[in-house]
Amino acid sequence: MAVNVDLTTVWAFIIAFAVFMYVVMDGFDLGIGILFPTFRRGEERSQAMNAIAPVWDGNETWLVLGGGGLFAAFPLAYAVILPAAYPLVIAMLLGLIFRGVAFEFRWRDHRHELFWDFAFFFGSLVAAMTQGMILGALLQGIAVEGRSYAGGWLDWLSPYSLLTGIGVVIGYTLLGASFLAMKVTGRAEEHAYRLAGRAGIGTLALMAAVSLATPFLFRQYWDRWFEWPSVLIVAQVPLLSAILFFALFRSIAKRRRYRPFLISLGIFALGMAGLGISMWPYVVPGALTIWDAAAPERSQVFMLVGVAIIMPIILAYTAWAYWVFRGKVAEEGYH
Amino acid sequence: MDSLVLTDVTALTLARIQFAFTVSFHFIFPAFSIGVASYLAVLEGLWLKTGKSLYLDLFKYWLKIFAIAFAMGVVSGIVMSYQFGTNWAVFSDKAGGVIGPLMAYEVLTAFFLEAGFLGVMLFGMKKVGPRLHYAATLMVALGTFISAFWILSVNSWMQTPQGYVVTPDGRLLPGPSWLPIIFNPSFPYRLVHTVIAAYLTTAFVVGAVGAWHLLQDRANLHARKMFSMAMWMAALVAPVQIVAGDMHGLNTLEHQPAKVMAMEGHYQSHPDGAPLYLFGIPDDAKQQLDYAVGVPKVSSLILKHDPNAPLAGLDTIPRDRQPPVEIVFWSFRIMVGLGFLMLGLGLWSLLARWRKRLYDWPMLHRAALLMGPSGFIAVIAGWVTTEVGRQPFTVYGILRTAQSASPLAAPAVAASLAAFVLVYFALFGIGTWYILRLMSHPPHVGERGVASTERAPIRTAGITPGPTQNPGPEVGREPLPGAAG
Repeated sequence: MAVNVDLTTVWAFIIAFAVFMYVVMDGFDLGIGILFPTFRRGEERSQAMNAIAPVWDGNETWLVLGGGGLFAAFPLAYAVILPAAYPLVIAMLLGLIFRGVAFEFRWRDHRHELFWDFAFFFGSLVAAMTQGMILGALLQGIAVEGRSYAGGWLDWLSPYSLLTGIGVVIGYTLLGASFLAMKVTGRAEEHAYRLAGRAGIGTLALMAAVSLATPFLFRQYWDRWFEWPSVLIVAQVPLLSAILFFALFRSIAKRRRYRPFLISLGIFALGMAGLGISMWPYVVPGALTIWDAAAPERSQVFMLVGVAIIMPIILAYTAWAYWVFRGKVAEEGYH
Repeated sequence: MDSLVLTDVTALTLARIQFAFTVSFHFIFPAFSIGVASYLAVLEGLWLKTGKSLYLDLFKYWLKIFAIAFAMGVVSGIVMSYQFGTNWAVFSDKAGGVIGPLMAYEVLTAFFLEAGFLGVMLFGMKKVGPRLHYAATLMVALGTFISAFWILSVNSWMQTPQGYVVTPDGRLLPGPSWLPIIFNPSFPYRLVHTVIAAYLTTAFVVGAVGAWHLLQDRANLHARKMFSMAMWMAALVAPVQIVAGDMHGLNTLEHQPAKVMAMEGHYQSHPDGAPLYLFGIPDDAKQQLDYAVGVPKVSSLILKHDPNAPLAGLDTIPRDRQPPVEIVFWSFRIMVGLGFLMLGLGLWSLLARWRKRLYDWPMLHRAALLMGPSGFIAVIAGWVTTEVGRQPFTVYGILRTAQSASPLAAPAVAASLAAFVLVYFALFGIGTWYILRLMSHPPHVGERGVASTERAPIRTAGITPGPTQNPGPEVGREPLPGAAG
C-alpha cells in the first residue's frame, strides 16, 4: 500500500482532516445534546448548554467544509455517496436543524423549555446516529455504475450500519461528557465524570465490535489488517487504543480536568487512522479510488492555495474564540 | 444520449420544488442577516464614537433578533450545501470541478469567519472589552459580505457561464484562469443588486419596528432613532437599487435574451418598438399574452433606450429552450412593483422630514409598518425571476435541468420534501414568531444584551416572563403551524 504523494492524496488528507475536526468538535456538541436529559432541569442544563453556546456554530461549520470540500475536490464521490445515503443525509440535516434552533429558542420561551430541551436531545441523537450509519454504509460498499449511484434506496440499512451508528452515538457521548467535565461545576461536574466513565466503557465495546466486524466486509480490509509484515505497523493502532483507554479510565477515576477529553480526542484520532488504513486508496470502497473521483487538477490546485493560506488563520481565530471562553462556565453566564 | 438522464419526470419535478422551497426559505435569513450585521456594526461603531448609550441599547436590541435569524440561516444553509449532492448528483459531477472550488472558498473565507466570531459577538462583550468586541462584530459583518460574493459568483456562473472547457463525456472543467469564471459577465450586476436588496430588506424591517413603536409612543427616542435611520436608508438606497436593477436587466438582455422576453411577456417579436405590458395572463401553450394591457414603445425605450428599436420575442427561441413565462412574467412584476413602493415610502419620509413631521405622521408610520415584509417578498420574487428565467437549464445553454438530477425514486424525494415543508414551516414559523415577539417590545434604556444574567443562562435576552416585563402589544396574530406558544 504505497502512498504516492500527489495532489489528490493531499486532498484526501485535507478532507480527512476536515471530517476529523467535525467529528471531534461537533462530536462533543452532539454528545452533550444526547446526554442532555440526564442533567437536571434549571442550573445543570443551563451550564451544559452554555458550555458550548459560543462555539457550536463554528464547530458545525466543519461539516459544511467536509461536504463542500468533497464536492469540490472529489465531485464524483459527493455525487455517489449522497444519493446512496439519501434518507440518512436528509434525517441528519433535519436533526441538525432541530438541534441548532434549540440553542436559540430554548431561552426565548420559558413555557416550552422542555420541548426545546427534547428537540436539542433528539436532534443531536438523530444527527449522531445517521452520521454513524453513513460511515457504515460507506464502509460496506456502494453500488456504482458508470458515474452514478446504482443501488436501491434502502441499501444503506444493514446490521453493520446500525452498529456503526450506535458506535458513533456512544463515542460522541464520551466526547461530550469529558468536555463537560472540564467546563461545568458542582453536581453537574461529578455527573459528567460518571457519564464519561460509562461512555468510555461503551465506546471501548463498540470500537472493538466495529473493528472485529469490518475486516469481514471486504477482502481488502482483511488483507490490510492481517497481512504479514504490514501487520506489525497496523497493529500499533489497536495497541495504542488499548493504552489510551487504560489511561482514560485512570484519568476519569482521578478526576483529572483536561486529560479525559484530550485522551478521548486521541482515541478518535486512532479510529480515524484505522478507517484510513481500511479504505485507502478508495473514497467509495469497492467502487471509486480517490483518483477516480478527483476533480480536475486546476480545481484542486486553486483550492489548495486557499486552504494553505486560510486554514492556519481559521485555526488561529477559532483557537482564540475557545481561549476567550476558557475555564468553567458559571451558571450565571459569563462575567 | 447520456444514460444518466432522469426519465422519471415526477422525481425531477419534486426535486425542483424541493430546491425552490429550501432555497427560498433559506435566503430569507441571509437577506436579513447581511443587512442586520452591517446595521449592528454601524450601531456599535456609533456607540464607541459618541459614547451615547442610545446606540448601545439599539445594538443589544437588534443583536437578539440577529441571533435568532442567524441560527435559522445557518441550519437552513447546511441543507443547501448537501442538497446539490442528494438531489442534483449529475449536476454535481458535471459542474463540480468549476463551482465546487468557489463554494469551498465560501466556507473557508466566510462561514468560518461568521461562525468563529459570532460567539464573541453574542457573549463576549465583558470578556474581551468593547474594542475587541467591535472587531468581532466587524468580522461577522465582513463574513456575510464574503459569503454573498462567492455564492453569487456561483449562481452568476450558472447564468452566464464562461472560462470552462467541456470534456467528451459532458463534464465542465475550469479553463486556464479562474478570473473569468469568478468574474463572469452577470456577476458584478447580480452582486450589487443582491447586496442592496439585503440592505433594503433590513431597512424596511427596522423601519417597520420603529414605526410600530412610534405608533405606540411617538416620544420614544429609541424608536425615533431606528425609524429615522431606516428611512434615510430607504430614501437613499431605493433609487440606487432601481438603477442597479435596470443595469442588471440590460446585462441579462445581452446574455440571456429569452429570460428578458419572459419577464416582458414578449411572445412575439416587435420590429418597430415593443410595448411595456403592465398586465396580462401569459399562456405558454398558445404562446400569447391574454388580456394584455401595455404602454406602446416603452419596453424598447427601457431596454434599448430607443422607442422604435426592434425587440425579438420568444418566437425566435425554440420551444424547448424557453423559460416558463407564466411564472417569470409575474414574479418580475411583483419585484418591480415593490421596488417602486419602496421608493415611494422613501420619498414620503423625505417630505415628512422637510415638514418636520417624521415622528408624528401616523399615516406614514402605518405605511412603513405595512412595508415591513416588502423586502423579503421582493427578494424572493427576484430570485424566482432569475432562477425560473434560467430554465430549462441549470448551467445556461449547456446543461439541462432534466439532465442534472440524481437518479432517485419519486417516493424518496416526495418523503423528504414533505419532511422539509413540515419542519421548515413549524420551526421557522416559531422562530419568526419569537422574533416578532422581541420586536413587539420597545427597546429600553439599559437594554439587556444576550449575555444577560437575569435568569442565569447567557441568552435570556431579558424577555423571560416575569413581573418586570411589560407584555407589549400582540404582534404576529397569524396562527402558526405547530406553534403552541
